[in-house]
Amino acid sequence: MPVNYFPAEFEVLRNYDKCISCRACERQCANEVHYYDADFGKMLAHENQCVDCQRCVCICPTGALKIRPNENSFRKSANYTQPLMTEAYRQAGTGSVLLSSMGTPKDYPVYWDKILLNASQVTNPPIDPLREPMETRVFLGKKPTQMKFDKNGELDTTLEPSLTLNVPIMFSAMSYGSISKNAHESLARAAEGLGTFYNTGEGGLHKDFYKYGANTIVQVASGRFGVHKDYLNAGAAIEIKMGQGAKPGIGGHLPGEKIKEDVAHTRMIPRGTDAISPAPHHDIYSIEDLRQLIFSVKEATEYKKPVIVKIAAVHNVAAIASGVARSGADIIAIDGFRGGTGAAPTRIRDNVGIPIELALAAVDGRLRHEGIRNEVSIVAAGSIRCSSDAVKAIALGADAVYIATPALLAMGCHLCRSCHTGKCNWGIATQNPELVKRLNPDIAYKRLVNLVTAWNHEIQEIMGGMGINSIEALRGNRLMLRGIGLTEKELQILGILHAGE
Amino acid sequence: MKINAENMSFRELNEKIRASRGRRVEIENMLGQRYTGSGCTGKDIHISGIPGNALGAYLTGCDITVYGNAQDAVGDAMNDGTITIHGNVGDAAGYGMRDGKILVKGSAGYRAGIHMKEYMEKKPLMVIGGKTGDFLAEYQAGGRIIVLGIGYEKQCPVGDFCCTGMHGGVMYIRTEHAPELPAQVLCEDADKADIKAIKADVELFAKKFGYDAEELLNAHFYKLTPNTSNPYRRLYVNN
Ligand code: SF4
Ligand code: SF4
Repeated sequence: MPVNYFPAEFEVLRNYDKCISCRACERQCANEVHYYDADFGKMLAHENQCVDCQRCVCICPTGALKIRPNENSFRKSANYTQPLMTEAYRQAGTGSVLLSSMGTPKDYPVYWDKILLNASQVTNPPIDPLREPMETRVFLGKKPTQMKFDKNGELDTTLEPSLTLNVPIMFSAMSYGSISKNAHESLARAAEGLGTFYNTGEGGLHKDFYKYGANTIVQVASGRFGVHKDYLNAGAAIEIKMGQGAKPGIGGHLPGEKIKEDVAHTRMIPRGTDAISPAPHHDIYSIEDLRQLIFSVKEATEYKKPVIVKIAAVHNVAAIASGVARSGADIIAIDGFRGGTGAAPTRIRDNVGIPIELALAAVDGRLRHEGIRNEVSIVAAGSIRCSSDAVKAIALGADAVYIATPALLAMGCHLCRSCHTGKCNWGIATQNPELVKRLNPDIAYKRLVNLVTAWNHEIQEIMGGMGINSIEALRGNRLMLRGIGLTEKELQILGILHAGE
Repeated sequence: MKINAENMSFRELNEKIRASRGRRVEIENMLGQRYTGSGCTGKDIHISGIPGNALGAYLTGCDITVYGNAQDAVGDAMNDGTITIHGNVGDAAGYGMRDGKILVKGSAGYRAGIHMKEYMEKKPLMVIGGKTGDFLAEYQAGGRIIVLGIGYEKQCPVGDFCCTGMHGGVMYIRTEHAPELPAQVLCEDADKADIKAIKADVELFAKKFGYDAEELLNAHFYKLTPNTSNPYRRLYVNN
């Protein structure tokens, strides 16, 4: 008998008083956990295959199921925790690199939760968003710093290309391939409905979605998948991906099994071959090289579209952003290390990079200090979990935020962190047609619109409470923020006072 | 149409090319202007002088001929058309190219043909007459790269780390000296069928640059392909 070194992570609890053996759970679980045992005449479970995606729980018509962490425990150690031990067993059994998905589950400080917002009292009274206009529209791109006149003394009113967002929230990059076509369609339609943008990620743009071009950001990454002239011209902006918060310094690897016909067509690579994005762009070794890529896409699109450069939040992020701002980019997206991913080596995801809060404050401060803040807009990404996180990000200096995980939640994701297996039971992070069918874009896009609309209301309410009626007046307004339980150093980096000050 | 590029900015030059009527565009006195023909369609551009970086990036069905050397990032992510260089090219030529042809009479710098790919009838081709620097065809995922090594018959005409991460496509090297390769790449002597497969490509090269195709083909070639019996699998375990 082979020894199983670690137990199942989850227990499947079935209340047999409620279970009617309808076998719905069996049909719904792509991990093949549930099965009907004819000898016993009842449903049983291969618990070790369960990833706690909650699909069966949500589907079970009688509410007979519960999934909970396996209470069996290794001998407790604060140093060698059970997950660490389990990972060692996994690697000893396979000799392989650990692969995970979604944002790190580790207990790192979440600075959003250590920052409090201000509200007006007595003087400078709050504004009622139901009664008064409240501007949440944002323009992303270079802002003019001085007036220019032509030969005849006429004011030059031409502006650099920009993006207009009705809400300060966009959907960040998720490639077709890592997520399903229905998920992409839902994001595209929601972006259109909301007057904001979604991002193709690095997998190209499916032919059916060119019609959403006015609300699309097309991405160019090191693998250059699906990049061609029409693609560059299809979107409203082009994003050059230099890094991703969840895996700074690491490229992408979409396994051949996920490269089905449609994905192959969109990426323009043969079906079934692995899609490897190298870690670096092999033509970018300096800010000057980055400038070259920026201007080559600008030339190919005749300077009509703003160019976003997305970087991961790493140690020297402020200096890097300063270079990017001088490279000709119109917008910088900064992705914090708690951000999600469709697949990343576990050790990278859990240990590389810095939190978006600190990175954002450092970048905004540095660009202001250097007098080049107007040269670029800043988009904050990497674990913006709710509307108050978005407000805090804007007050720390962001022009807008990117969200991805909350968008997945709106579509049904339960954060089981198994996207890399391609068996997403919610039809999101999969290319299996049977699973993809489960995500109905007609419903999912409305849920996305609902989520962002609700957030926007909340943002307006919070702004109103501060006595601020336009998002422009909130941006970089760090006086609206106070730290709670933070050290001097943390406050200094965030550029905010402590509560009570 | 003739354009004198002397003292002209790259932006102005590109606007002139885009605005030009007819297919043929002749550029004279070029001196380092970048992005020439970026995303261009339906032109036949002839360049005397030295074009700058990113010549023919995202090229889409346009021909470019340079009567001299070219610099870095020639044909970045190009999709169609032919770029002919009557001299040498700098680094990172043909990065991520998906279709079309890059023909170089002389040698190529580092990182040529990185991440070249193919899709159905789209099969890019790069022919280098001389030798190449290191990292040739890293991550090659499709297409054909032919290195002829003309004038470098006594050495291996490709640099170090050739084909690292190769997982598709094919490379032919005209040499007696096999390059050092990663275990995931298979290196065989090209047989008759292989020579037949590249005959048209070499003939095209020979015709453009005045060589005898028969003579070029009548030599030993190595053929490099991803080693399907030794793939990059099992790198990861689900966690
Ligand atoms: S993997 Fe999901 S559907 Fe399957 S048993 Fe576990 S929770 Fe239920
Ligand atoms: S997208 Fe699907 S697989 Fe990924 S975490 Fe969410 S539910 Fe799990």
